[in-house]
Amino acid sequence: MSLSERPAQPEVGKSIPHESAALHVTGQALYTDDLGGRLQNLLHAYPVQSPHAHAKILSLEVGAALEVTGVVRVLTAADVRGVNDAGVKHDEPLFPSVVQFVGHAVCWVLADSLEAARLGADAVKVEYEVLDAIITIQDAIRLESFQGSVQVLSRGDVTQIQEAAHIFEGEFEMGGQEHFYLETHAALAQVDEAGQMMIQSSTQHPTETQEIVAHVLGLQSHAVTVQCLRMGGGFGGKEMQPHGFAAIAAIGASLTGRPVSLRLNRTQDMTMTGKRHPFFAKWRIGFDQTGLIHALEVELFSDGGYSLDLSEPVLARALCHLDNAYFMPNIHAVGRVCKTNKTSQTAFRGFGGPQGMLVIEDILSRCAPLLGLKPEDLRSRNFYQPNQATPYGQVVKDTERMPKIWSALLETSQFKQRQLEIAAFNQHNQHLKRGIAITPIKFGISFNFTAYNQAGALVMIYKDGSVLITHGGTEMGQGLHTKMLQVAATALGVPLEMVRLAPTRTDKVPNTSASAASSSADLNGGAVKDACEQIKSRLAVIASSRFFVNPADVRFSSGQVFPVGYPAKSVPFAEIVSEAYYKRVSLFASGFYRTEGLHWDRVAMFGNPFKYFSYGASVSEVEIDGFSGAYKLSRVDILQDVGDSLSPLIDIGQIEGGFVQGAGWLTLEDLRWDAKGRLSTQSASTYKLPSLSEMPEVFKVALLEQAHESGVVYGSKAIGEPPVMLAISVREALRDGIAAFGNNSSSVLLPSPATPEAVFWAIQRAKQS
Amino acid sequence: MSEIQLVVNGKPKIVISPEPHTTLLHWLRDTGLTGCKEGCAEGECGACAVLLRKPHGAGSRLLSINACLVQLAGLHGQEVITAEGLGTPEHLHPVQAAMVATGGSQCGYCTPGFISSMADEYYRPNRQAFDLEALSGNLCRCTGYRPIQEAAFGLGLPDSSDAFFALQNQAAPEAQPVLLEQAGRAYYRPTDLHHALKLLEQHPKAKLVAGGTDWGVEVNLRGSRAETQIAIDHLPELRQVIWQNDVAELGAALSLSELEHLIGNKIPLLHEWIPLFASRLIRNSATLGGNIGTASPIGDSPPILLALEAEVVLVSLAGERIVPLEHYFTGYRQTQKQPNEIIKAIRIPLPLAEHAKFYKIAKRRMDDISSVSVGVALRLESGVVNSIRIGLGGVAATPLRALETEAFLTGQPWNLGTVQAAAKIMANSGTPLDDHRASAAYRKAMLEQMLLKFFAEVRP
Repeated sequence: MSLSERPAQPEVGKSIPHESAALHVTGQALYTDDLGGRLQNLLHAYPVQSPHAHAKILSLEVGAALEVTGVVRVLTAADVRGVNDAGVKHDEPLFPSVVQFVGHAVCWVLADSLEAARLGADAVKVEYEVLDAIITIQDAIRLESFQGSVQVLSRGDVTQIQEAAHIFEGEFEMGGQEHFYLETHAALAQVDEAGQMMIQSSTQHPTETQEIVAHVLGLQSHAVTVQCLRMGGGFGGKEMQPHGFAAIAAIGASLTGRPVSLRLNRTQDMTMTGKRHPFFAKWRIGFDQTGLIHALEVELFSDGGYSLDLSEPVLARALCHLDNAYFMPNIHAVGRVCKTNKTSQTAFRGFGGPQGMLVIEDILSRCAPLLGLKPEDLRSRNFYQPNQATPYGQVVKDTERMPKIWSALLETSQFKQRQLEIAAFNQHNQHLKRGIAITPIKFGISFNFTAYNQAGALVMIYKDGSVLITHGGTEMGQGLHTKMLQVAATALGVPLEMVRLAPTRTDKVPNTSASAASSSADLNGGAVKDACEQIKSRLAVIASSRFFVNPADVRFSSGQVFPVGYPAKSVPFAEIVSEAYYKRVSLFASGFYRTEGLHWDRVAMFGNPFKYFSYGASVSEVEIDGFSGAYKLSRVDILQDVGDSLSPLIDIGQIEGGFVQGAGWLTLEDLRWDAKGRLSTQSASTYKLPSLSEMPEVFKVALLEQAHESGVVYGSKAIGEPPVMLAISVREALRDGIAAFGNNSSSVLLPSPATPEAVFWAIQRAKQS
Repeated sequence: MSEIQLVVNGKPKIVISPEPHTTLLHWLRDTGLTGCKEGCAEGECGACAVLLRKPHGAGSRLLSINACLVQLAGLHGQEVITAEGLGTPEHLHPVQAAMVATGGSQCGYCTPGFISSMADEYYRPNRQAFDLEALSGNLCRCTGYRPIQEAAFGLGLPDSSDAFFALQNQAAPEAQPVLLEQAGRAYYRPTDLHHALKLLEQHPKAKLVAGGTDWGVEVNLRGSRAETQIAIDHLPELRQVIWQNDVAELGAALSLSELEHLIGNKIPLLHEWIPLFASRLIRNSATLGGNIGTASPIGDSPPILLALEAEVVLVSLAGERIVPLEHYFTGYRQTQKQPNEIIKAIRIPLPLAEHAKFYKIAKRRMDDISSVSVGVALRLESGVVNSIRIGLGGVAATPLRALETEAFLTGQPWNLGTVQAAAKIMANSGTPLDDHRASAAYRKAMLEQMLLKFFAEVRP
């Protein structure tokens, strides 16, 4: 059977709750910070944070801190035996000599209690020489404060833009987003009974956490083990950022011989860790007479904060998603990462894709009225046609799915009819207007960085037939472990209850990729299946001699083993397993998967970086109060392609959750830094994420049917990130509603996030136009 | 007495000499009940929500509260139930089973808190339907809330054999007096008002703690510590609602949830406003006295109470005095209240103006702090403004009245022309600032717009 083919009675495809759901609801699911209380002599780490955005540390006096009762030690650069760097690019010193943003950790205090550590940190005296700081993206551009390489994505001849029937140009700045995983960063380090450094970390990338802890401690990787039980949310924020915190805990544990717990409080997490990149775009676009995009010229600037972190690949993905679902024969896009004195911005669900797509969607909505077209018509007109290639040269697979989804969703959402109803409503209401919009997504699946597209798994069957699996992916709520259990049970033909999943650990599966890029189920699912099938083929040999058939004719289903066509001859799976043991046949295997056919030239920005594309579309309807600009999301309809879903309840949860998170980014979540570089929205009371009141009043999510994806585990497709971008329809519905306060036909400028205040001012502009 | 006793998940616990600022959250986690999570430590996310059994008529109510904002010492004698105590993976509570079935948990970190808030609503006496507002103080970053709503709406009513339901028929354990002195810091819960005032006289710098929802944030986020804390939340003298012909007196230490229940629709403006105040998690602890006591310029109640012409009853050992609310605030977080005084009650003159509204401008509809808030109470007589009272929040260092606007409108016909002119005047009230919540220009615009909106809603 191929990778994508499903056997009879598969466990994949069933709607089942999250594998830890019963633990979640009873408070018994353990997270990294829940483990410290189980240990003796635990120390707590607390940072001393810089009050300046950019300053040289002249002196650091820790004496007073050591006087505080309970304080055991203050960790400084002198305590680093290996490399003083929390990243992989050597631009994130763990203990800086020059602080680069407000909140930058200067040193860490270890104490018997968190309270003592906090008081100790208050007592540390740091003398600074304040340096000039660059806070805004506009200042960075003006002062040419950039980092990393210039990225250029180019095809055709963009000077052709002059020939276009209609040429428009503009600018657009969009805000970033705080991850606000409910569980802040946490790590717990201890030297275990075998002398190895054992780290519990809330990390999406245990291998990289392991590597960085090792290089900070000056150890080889095999001396450090990282385990991630589960995360209380990650969203990309725990892909690169957990490493330094784990390293601090590890230094503390290695120096004191005591376990060290480090958990950021919310303010620390918000002031110390990276966020979604804010972007600024300058663009010029040419359309032909019929509204087809002829040429697009874009300058894209991301605000990377103080260090590179993942800013280059984020920018690359943004550039690779400027096209979204639209063919652009001529394009020239130049991207730069700005260097500013802020937190080092990082991965966040979508990884630049949302920012790239938002640029083109904003352009289309601004230009549609100027072209005399409805935005939905301008969009569908430009969809990729079969055999057309993206600007980076990849022929777009399954182009027919986009128009198929589009027309199906227009139908099921009764889009046209509602448009008429809304027009009538708006005619009769002076202070309340409604708006509706439909937007598409096409999102490339795979890491742009080809090497990351590999995964491993370890599958062990015990003599009683019970199965234990581990794999390289981490669980952050996305349901990966649930899917992997379903994959293993399906591959081995056993009921789900016979399979248990052990937490992600670097000493079980080495050299793992980050759980990121929506690819974890594809990659780890391939590896889990591979391991299961290796063992199954050995078991088939055992069973074949019992049944006197060819091993290829042995079937495994629902915990029974039988010759094909003769289920009556079934023997329990455990019996075959036991027999295999006595015949000295190995009952465990490591599985491996690599995505085939990928290549990417990151300098030329050309190649086939993606295995396939995720398609979807959404329709949103809003109602806006003209007095205040406040609005509500009345209804959302989504149709999303997830291939043949591995786990529909999980996938629908990802779509709904991703959508609301995206809507938060685009409407509500407003990161503000003041002129001195201090984050003024550094707590839950000032940074508002969507609550129940922001949930759409009617929320209908459907999965595209007959969407089998060949070449992917059990015919499924990725789902983690794409739904974030479905939320662009909320923004466009707001724009539609704002236009109704004016004469309905002019181009509406709408900042991002479209907060009630931003909407209010847009209404005032619309009324004046 | 330096022992704090409480019942947690049915088991009695004794805590010897806790540091007086120790929160319920940290203590629970230290005892191994790690289902109680810290998500924000300021009562915004609800990940720490647990159930506290509080008096309700002759019986009790399981009320969801933020464990991060409550001090352990304040719970002496009381009973707490956490997600761990409601059910186990083998025997899920109906609320837990519903959340499992609908996919209401993804990462699971916020889930125990949601379970607590859902259980609060599940056991609400005489509940007809599930009021989603019960979950307004719980944030989930993963699900988008739809499956949580499905779980909530799918809940039936508690079985008669339900042990927690039965528990609600029994009187709540009384909060016990506390006299905790530990490491140079003290936490007192006096038994009556006189005792409280005497303590206050001895400790003029003492922190008065009622709901503690503002003080808890100071403790957690800004590291504030008080030498002496005096808990006044259970003082019977501060927990009454008294209706007289010409005035309603609202006890300062009643929680807003209790107040909501006790005043019903008799003061429509408060009835409308209370559900907009923070979240039910907060309202289960927070008090009206506290909202005035903190004297925040962006507190929600002052603009309304200003519109309602409210007065503050201050009490000290010397007796009571009544201060009109409009004179109460003297500067940024400063008031007329003397160190030896306690806010006893808020008086609202009756009868009420026939037209009254409250407008809260905020980014988020539920559980957000307003950038601007406006309370308006209007009395019309044959289409002419007999009197109008407008309270404003968020536009100055203190809540204030829009005196010029009021003066302009009084005696004028209530029509679009005069209201538009008045709205222009109102836009210039106060000295609004630019901050992360809103620009000064927007705040100004909102002052104007809200009067226009009031007119659109209250046409003669």
